[in-house]
Parts: sequence; C-alpha cells; structure tokens
Amino acid sequence: MKGFKRRDFLKITAAAATLSAAGCATMAPAKGRVVVIGGGFGGATAAKYIRMWDPSIDVVLVERESGFVSCPISNLVLGGFTTMPEISRGYEGLQRHGVRVVRDEAVAVDASKKTVRLARGGDLAYERLVVSPGIDFTFGEIAGYEAAMASGRVLHAWKAGPQTVALRRQLEQMKDGGVYVLSIPVAPYRCPPGPYERASMVAAYFKQAKPRSKVLVLDANPDVTSKPGLFKAAWKDLYGGILEYRGNAKAVGVDVKTMTVKLEVEDVKGDVLNVVPPHGAADIARKAGLVTTNNRWCDVDWRTMESKAVKGVYVLGDATLSAPAMPKSGSMANNHAKIAAAAIVEILNGREPQPVQIINTCYSFVSQKEAIRVSSVHQWDATQGTLAAVKGSGGVSAARSEAEGTFAWNWAKTIWADSLA
Amino acid sequence: MRIAAVFAAALAAAPFCASAQDTAGRNLAAGCAICHGTEGRPVIKEGSPLIPLAGLPKDHIITQMKLFRDGKRPATVMHQIAKGYSDEQIDQLASWFASQKR
Repeated sequence: MKGFKRRDFLKITAAAATLSAAGCATMAPAKGRVVVIGGGFGGATAAKYIRMWDPSIDVVLVERESGFVSCPISNLVLGGFTTMPEISRGYEGLQRHGVRVVRDEAVAVDASKKTVRLARGGDLAYERLVVSPGIDFTFGEIAGYEAAMASGRVLHAWKAGPQTVALRRQLEQMKDGGVYVLSIPVAPYRCPPGPYERASMVAAYFKQAKPRSKVLVLDANPDVTSKPGLFKAAWKDLYGGILEYRGNAKAVGVDVKTMTVKLEVEDVKGDVLNVVPPHGAADIARKAGLVTTNNRWCDVDWRTMESKAVKGVYVLGDATLSAPAMPKSGSMANNHAKIAAAAIVEILNGREPQPVQIINTCYSFVSQKEAIRVSSVHQWDATQGTLAAVKGSGGVSAARSEAEGTFAWNWAKTIWADSLA
Repeated sequence: MRIAAVFAAALAAAPFCASAQDTAGRNLAAGCAICHGTEGRPVIKEGSPLIPLAGLPKDHIITQMKLFRDGKRPATVMHQIAKGYSDEQIDQLASWFASQKR
C-alpha cells in the first residue's frame, strides 16, 4: 500500500463500477464510495458484506495494522493452549471481495466535506463512512499507569497483539509460588466475560506448570459481570487454592517499583501485574465528534448504526453505547456490521433501510478444553427505540463441557472467516 | 430451452436484484453466519457438528427450527436461539438458505 495514490484509486473505482454494472442490466452505475475505519470484527465484516450485497459500491478499508489478531481466544495463548499465528488472519480475503485495503491511520474526519484524513497525508472522500475503531484506554484514571506501562512491567493485554505475547512471557518467567494479579475496570468494558476467562486460563496454566502459584482477581465491579454461576462453579471445582476472586476491588494506582496495585483501601502486591484500565471509544471516534455518552461511548440509531451525533457516519462494535443487555463482543461487532451493511446498501440504492435482527454468542474457556456460553437474540423495538433482547430467547450453557469447547473453536474459526475471508 | 436459459440468467443475477422478501431473509440469515458460515456454508467441513445450511430443503429447516424452539430437539444452544424467531421469520430464513448454492 506504500505507493498508494489518489489517482490510482479513482482508476480502480471506475474499473470496478464498469465490471459490476455488466452483471445486472437494471443496476445503476457506481453509487459512490464507502470508507471503513478499522479492520476488526466490525469494520472487516462491514467492508466484506457491503461488497457481497452490492458489488457496485466502492469500499475502502483503512487499517493501521498489517493483519488481524483476534481478542477472542487470545486468553488461550496466555494459558499456553494455542499460539498467536492460530488467532491471526490477513486482509487478503477482503481484497478478494474487491475491498481496497489501505494500511494507514485515520487521524481526522471532516463530516461537512465528507473526507477522512490519513496519517501519511491525503484525504479520502466518502459517500458514507463506517467507523469501527475499537477502544482506547483512559490511563489517567489509574495513578502511575503510564510510567508502569512504559517500564514494560505492567500490561493490559486487552488488545490482542504484542502485549499478549509479552504477558505470556511474564507468566512463563514468573517463579512457582508467585502471584498473578488481574485488575478489572468498572463495567461497561470490552468483553464482559473476558477477564474471568483469562483468570481461568492462567489458573489452568499454574495448575499444570506452577502449582504453588496464585491468581488474584481484583474486580472493580461488585460481582462477576458475566456467567457468574458457571465461572464460580468452574473456579471452585478446578482451581480451589489457586484462584481468589475479590469484588468491589477497584484499582486506583499502580507502582512498578514495589509491584503493587493500589486499591481504595489497601495495597496488593504481585509478581505479574495485569491491570486493565478503564476505556472508551477509540480516539478517532472522539476526534470525529461521535462520542455522545459519559465522555466514552457513541450512541447510534440501532436500525442502521448511524451515529446520533454525525449524519452519514455509522459506528460499530465496542465503541458504541451498547443497547440494553448487549455485550461489547466480537459477535456483536460482526452483527452490527451486518445492520450497517444492509442499511448502507439500501440507502445507496434509493430504498428505505429495514431493521435487522441479530444474534450474540460468547464462548469462554474455563479449562484447556471446556467452555461455557451466553447467547441472546436482539430485535428492533419501536416503542423503546432500540434493539432489545427477544423475550424468552437466549440463555447460558447448562454446564461447562468439552462439547461447548468444540463449539467455541468452531465459532472462532467461523467468525474469523465470516469477517475476513 | 430458450426460456430455461433466460430463467437461469435471471437466477444468476438475483443476488444483485433481490426482492424485499429475499432481502429480509438474507438479513436474518446473516446473523447465523458467525457459527454456520457466510451464507450458510461451513468453514470447518470435516468432523463439524454443524450441518451446512446452504441448500438445505426449506421444509427441513422449518421443522428443525420449530423442534429446537419447542424444546423437542436436544441442543446446546439452538433451543435458546430459535426462541428468538417468529414463524414468519423462520419461513423467510428457510426460504433464503434453501435457495443458496451448497
């Protein structure tokens, strides 16, 4: 993408329009360009599905990383049960759908001119803009965090990638008899069951390799926020004497010299400090004026995913102000993308968009092979003006099982392909 | 023969010139893709417990969805998902999957 030039772009656009128009005699000529910011579960899926559903729409995906690394399943890397290549995918699958993938960072949006400014220079014009930027941390809420992170000793590993690798290395290097501390921020945060799965994976690793070691979970929330019964049963049955859970334990500071997490009432020492700071919609959403709520999240019209703050801009994934009972998950981001893709295709074809019913399914591993699950179905509710869980639908696993573990791996490999291939 | 050829051409172009009914089915089916694969074509082909939905007979899909929904077919997850769909939605989903190439 290094030699990417604007005039190349226009040529490709024109060629794509000519080719696709030949496929359907009644089809209108090219309907303008959709720019997608972010190649995660939300952005990648939106780019693919818009092209699948109307190949006469020109789609450009802007992504700063060279490839996709999945947050779901990354906790298994920490446990030593899978590897980074297993949870990584490239963007060539999207290119096969005719998506132009631009490796660059979107640094500003001008909604009046309908352009996106790129870090390497130049503006991309759009007819519709999809922003699926993920999260950024508000490090300042934990005193000493930035210095601790700069030292390399304190990690969040809440974006899968180099920090996942670094945290696994810290766990491997920790002496038997050491303490791994996991600090969880106040909800809502990315992936509600994620921290509890992580605690389980690290405990499973300790049980195998370092049985005198401890996992200490410091949760800013009063109790386990997702699948509490299933997680607690697994911890009791599998990790008694290894895993300790404390609710109402909010981290307010961290000190790398003494390897201490500071809570409101006491200090807790550890050998590996995994502190997940509070977070909100990523910075580009803020710069684009999309953040509407609690200075963190982006409210949207759930019939289309269009921002309630900026017309013509659609926000997906963890950055959104979640609808009732909707988690910030990969499944949801992928499904948000399908709402937006359907709406944008209808709008660019001069038709009225219709609400789309969507499904969430989140698997969490509690041991190397056993998983638990929560599912829900969400439907547009005109009275409430939002997506609401369909009454009587959804629920959690009857119990942890290896069968759910098999389904979990199936889900992961399938959603990676559905989003990126 | 000529009619058949015209009909085939119309079918081939169908995804780009879909009716509102097809679009409703397509949109509903898109939610299933996170486990069943894009357009109901599975990613894991060997030894997967999930059957391919693309090209499955419409009546079969309707029957199984209703068995899941009514708790008459044992499942790990589908009994909970199926309860989220009305008869009309199940019909739309089933029509759409049945019309997809395997």
